[in-house]
Amino acid sequence: MAAETSALVNSQAARLAVGVVVRDTDRAATREGQPVFHARSLSIYYGAFQAVKSVSLEFLANRVTAIIGPSGCGKSTLLRSLNRMNDLVPGSRATGEVLFNGRNIYAAGADPVELRRRVGMVFQKPNPFPKSIYRNVAWGARINGYRGDLDALVESSLRKAALWDEVKDKLHASAYALSGGQQQRLCIARAIALEPEVLLMDEPCSALDPIATARVEDLIDQLKRQYTVVLVTHNMQQAARVSDRTAFMYMGELVEVDETSVIFTKPGNQRTQDYITGRFG
Amino acid sequence: MSAAPSAYRPAIGRRRFVGRLGLAAFVALSLVALVALGALILQVLQQGGSVISRTFLSNPPSILEPETAGVYVAIIGTLWLIGITVLAAVPLGVGAAIWLEEYAPRNRLTRFIHLNISNLAGVPSIVYGLLGLAIFVRSLQMGRSVLAGGLTLALLVVPVIIIATREALAAVPPSIRHASLALGATRWQTIRHHVLPAALPGILTGVILSLSRAIGEAAPLILIGAVSYVAAPPGGSLAESVEAQGVFAGLREWLRAALSDGFTALPVQIYGWIGEPDEIFHALAAGGILVLLVVLFSMNAVAIGIRAWQQRHRHS
Repeated sequence: MAAETSALVNSQAARLAVGVVVRDTDRAATREGQPVFHARSLSIYYGAFQAVKSVSLEFLANRVTAIIGPSGCGKSTLLRSLNRMNDLVPGSRATGEVLFNGRNIYAAGADPVELRRRVGMVFQKPNPFPKSIYRNVAWGARINGYRGDLDALVESSLRKAALWDEVKDKLHASAYALSGGQQQRLCIARAIALEPEVLLMDEPCSALDPIATARVEDLIDQLKRQYTVVLVTHNMQQAARVSDRTAFMYMGELVEVDETSVIFTKPGNQRTQDYITGRFG
Repeated sequence: MSAAPSAYRPAIGRRRFVGRLGLAAFVALSLVALVALGALILQVLQQGGSVISRTFLSNPPSILEPETAGVYVAIIGTLWLIGITVLAAVPLGVGAAIWLEEYAPRNRLTRFIHLNISNLAGVPSIVYGLLGLAIFVRSLQMGRSVLAGGLTLALLVVPVIIIATREALAAVPPSIRHASLALGATRWQTIRHHVLPAALPGILTGVILSLSRAIGEAAPLILIGAVSYVAAPPGGSLAESVEAQGVFAGLREWLRAALSDGFTALPVQIYGWIGEPDEIFHALAAGGILVLLVVLFSMNAVAIGIRAWQQRHRHS
């Protein structure tokens, strides 16, 4: 808690220094270092199996939060609960609440379609649409009623995803012609074309080679200036490299969450210590 | 490396031999199917090739003058049937499949529905003829019309279309759906823009295959009252009707007459001719079979064409 408070103070100082402008009232709550998501006693079940056990956790604006833990610990489930992608799994249900800018996304009238526009997602395996590069980026904007210049949006999204220079001459070629790393960056471009507030990344580099991984990691570091990033990863070096805060999960429970430097140097819990030093998992 | 005895007995030679044996067997089996089809076409050509002529294609059937008899009325009847069947069966079948595969919960009721659709796909066509007779011809008082015939064939193909469409939809990778939904697309936008285009080749294949089977059916059509000797195609001549009553009234009257007139179709015509004792009718039947085969092959060609076009354009 102390760390969060200090982060908050820092962020307020930073805002004064650079003059961060909050874009609209909806975003009033998403100020750097303040909680964007707040899970409260969140439990998620697949049928009788409880994948996430009463987790309470905050994700802070313009921070990269890494969720680590051994396979099957519920980290992906927790991530997917933030944009309600778990709803698609038959037999899944959630109890507790997840506040997004103060509103419970699991409340009775909450609309997952609206939520997902504001909370983008990048998946483990690159999953571009079988369409052109251009249409991959433009499609989400189009169906969400984007009124601006599509060409400009496609270009700026591809630039932010550090892909523009590689594809600017073949925007209308199939996305399937790209390499795996390029496809993943295209998926990131596609997600940020909607100007989401949060970007959820589910092991985005696990299907990539080391060079492509390095590029995506650089990109994540860039993205946090504009977006709040939640990153699930198997790779502890990756968590240490790119994240500001790290949450360690084990058997569906949140064991510990703190500044990444704290988790990797003096974790408060023995199980965290054992996991990050490779004693199990 | 010590020369310890290996625990493996690779027997590569034997495994290769079994592989080659399998290959030879499968080639032989394929040849049997090809030869049978070739022999069939050859025989029909031999018997019916001589009757194929312009008058055969443009004349109505005639029992009194078999020399000038033709399949014109039957071709038009078959085209009507294809049109009505497609219009009725494709929206119904594809729509039902979309609901079952994309929207419906997986519970006892939907499993029951699924099982019954599979069973319906295996019901003999003559049973559909009985159903069509009871529902369309009698209850809905459509009479022995091409409309009743087309709707009966639609009943026959709907289960097959549902099954083929469901399989095509299920084969679309979930990752595409997830990508779309995660961008804030609604379920329908996801289906409309990503799932259906990806499933289209499979759906088309199912539609065309089931339709090919349906237009070769004689039994259900005979049961609902299609006859072999019909002097004019459904509705008579469109040109004459328009000339007599003006464009709109003429078209309307022609359509009304077309949908309620008695009709025949190629398989019914062929069946009728085969039943005649005179040899000349058997040649006519063979000629009719050739025409039917041409119709079938062109339908398959259209399906292949659409699929090829779709393959070329889906990534742009």
